Amino acid sequence: MKKHIITLGIMLFCMVLFAQKPNAADIIREMSKNLVTENTKATTKMVVHSRRSSRTMEMLNYSSGKDKSFSEYLSPPREKGTKMLKLDNQLWIYDPTSDRTIQISGNMLKQSVMGSDLSYEDMTEDTDYAKDYNAEILEESKYDGREVWILKLSAKRNDVSYQMRKTYVDKERYIPLYEEWYAKNGKLLKTYKVSEVKKISGRWQPTKILFKDELKTGKGTEYIVVKMEIGIKIPEHIFSRASLRK
Amino acid sequence: MLKFLLKGIFRDRHRWFFPILIVMFSVAIMIFFSAFISGFQLSYIRQSARFSNGHAKVVSRAYAEVLDMKHYDLALMDIEEEFEKWKMRYPQLEWFERINFGALLDVPDEFGETKTQVDVIGMAVDLDEDSAEIDRLQLTQALRKGHLPQARGQILLSDLVAEKIEADLGDSITLMGSTMFGVMTLRNFEVVGTVEFGIPALDRGAVLAELEDVREMLDMQDAKSEIFCYLKDEEYDLKTVTQIANDFNSRYSDEEDEFSPLMLSLHDQGSLGSILSLYDHSQFWMSIGFIVIIGIVLWNMGLLNGIRRYSENGIRLAIGESKGQVYASLLMEALIIGIAGCVLGIALGILFCNSFNKVGMDLSLYNKSTNMMSENVLYTVLNPRAIITGSLTGLFASILGSALAGTAIYKRQISQLFKELET
Repeated sequence: MKKHIITLGIMLFCMVLFAQKPNAADIIREMSKNLVTENTKATTKMVVHSRRSSRTMEMLNYSSGKDKSFSEYLSPPREKGTKMLKLDNQLWIYDPTSDRTIQISGNMLKQSVMGSDLSYEDMTEDTDYAKDYNAEILEESKYDGREVWILKLSAKRNDVSYQMRKTYVDKERYIPLYEEWYAKNGKLLKTYKVSEVKKISGRWQPTKILFKDELKTGKGTEYIVVKMEIGIKIPEHIFSRASLRK
Repeated sequence: MLKFLLKGIFRDRHRWFFPILIVMFSVAIMIFFSAFISGFQLSYIRQSARFSNGHAKVVSRAYAEVLDMKHYDLALMDIEEEFEKWKMRYPQLEWFERINFGALLDVPDEFGETKTQVDVIGMAVDLDEDSAEIDRLQLTQALRKGHLPQARGQILLSDLVAEKIEADLGDSITLMGSTMFGVMTLRNFEVVGTVEFGIPALDRGAVLAELEDVREMLDMQDAKSEIFCYLKDEEYDLKTVTQIANDFNSRYSDEEDEFSPLMLSLHDQGSLGSILSLYDHSQFWMSIGFIVIIGIVLWNMGLLNGIRRYSENGIRLAIGESKGQVYASLLMEALIIGIAGCVLGIALGILFCNSFNKVGMDLSLYNKSTNMMSENVLYTVLNPRAIITGSLTGLFASILGSALAGTAIYKRQISQLFKELET
């Protein structure tokens, strides 16, 4: 009997120990679960703080999983009616002034989206941490008053845009609060800083993010989620090229 | 003394014929090369001024820091009032706005889908029919097909670009670029003509559109990325332009404000100043090279002459002339020969240059493989500098040769003179 109690005690101790210290793979799996959403509709704002001024753009976004998304610019007037469609790894943009639909590919994917600190590549490549990266816990720390794991993520494949990331994951909400995105040669390319998090339809979602292209002289781009609905039904025609011209 | 020397030189054919011939040809060649380099330099300045630098250019300080990158997002903004003031203050200049931009030229098929895409260098200029830009950029001469844009929404393509994308006159193409705020922008244009400038950098991928169209496309209604300034007499003068630029910058430019205007003379733009001073240096080193080479040739001739005139010099020393006097007379002879050679050399150099200028040198084939901004046909430019450089080279070489050969005089032993003369 005494033996059984000791064995049970050891097992319980191990369970507690493992429960407190999940491994890096578990952490990024949880993050992916939280961040990759099915059928989302969101109204967002993008505030681009360039070297000499700031501009605000408003968009309506639809997304289904990681492979389909559709965005329409609602303002300012010059950009109103511009639409973007992403299907798998392909991206099209529709310009109402010229009434042309152009596929963005090759080098153009590296270009900035609407003058922001985000590239088209950033938009097409919706990161699935668990699928794209191997993770390693560097340390446990505090960031912005919250307990975080600091992870080093190394890309599993060569075609991932950022070959290395350093990410500060909120221990309680499993979302990245701060990230550094690096090139293969170790050069810091971009940073990602979350300043607001909300629980939407049972999932923690970052709703205010500052993206900063570290190779540009501007002050970064704020991405603000004004309204978000998760798990709604989105008509399939939204994710078709015909919807660009509508 | 001079009369004595002149008689001595011209009565003895050996003393003057070859030395004068050598000095004459070296002076002529030097003048020709100096004139050729000046011609090349001027052609380079003219083309650079016409297409990329102006005689001076006004940009923002931030734009000037990355001048070659043509960052039109760093353009001067809301300066309409100031611009009018600048025009009033510097009436000796003509002012033209231009926008240089990179874009992707997209050709649609019948369904509006992308058929071909090619990278192009966009140039937006004032193409009004009475605009001086048409003459300055020699657009009428550069036109290969069609006509210049006469209405909004029309565009000229370089011949090579048109060929690459198989565009015909009347075709619609889309230019895709970024506004000055970095937002993707697309605009449709009708191809109305093709051009060939003879400048490889432009011919490989240029498109030319009306300034207002591009301004609208790039969202630059209140912005000016580059203001080109030209002296009204069309000839670039570094001193005048530098004075104007210094005055402009002291009045309007503020080191603390990266978006304040800055006037850059043609010499101050990129590596142009150093390229031009390289040409100047090359002229100097070419002169030195010529002086040394011709000097050695004449030294050699002087030595041979010294052997031939061994007895003559011995008698002069024997009858009481000092070595210094004999040496000085040899130098005087060299000077006379140098002057005579220079006069003939100048005449021959002018003749070379004039004959060369009847056809010029066709550099079009060479230009195709380089990015040099020179005109396709090069001519020499004969200026006082070329003549002075050539003449000085001839004179110095002549004197140097004699000065070196003449040192043999000092090796003669007075005590041995009669013994030598007896033999």
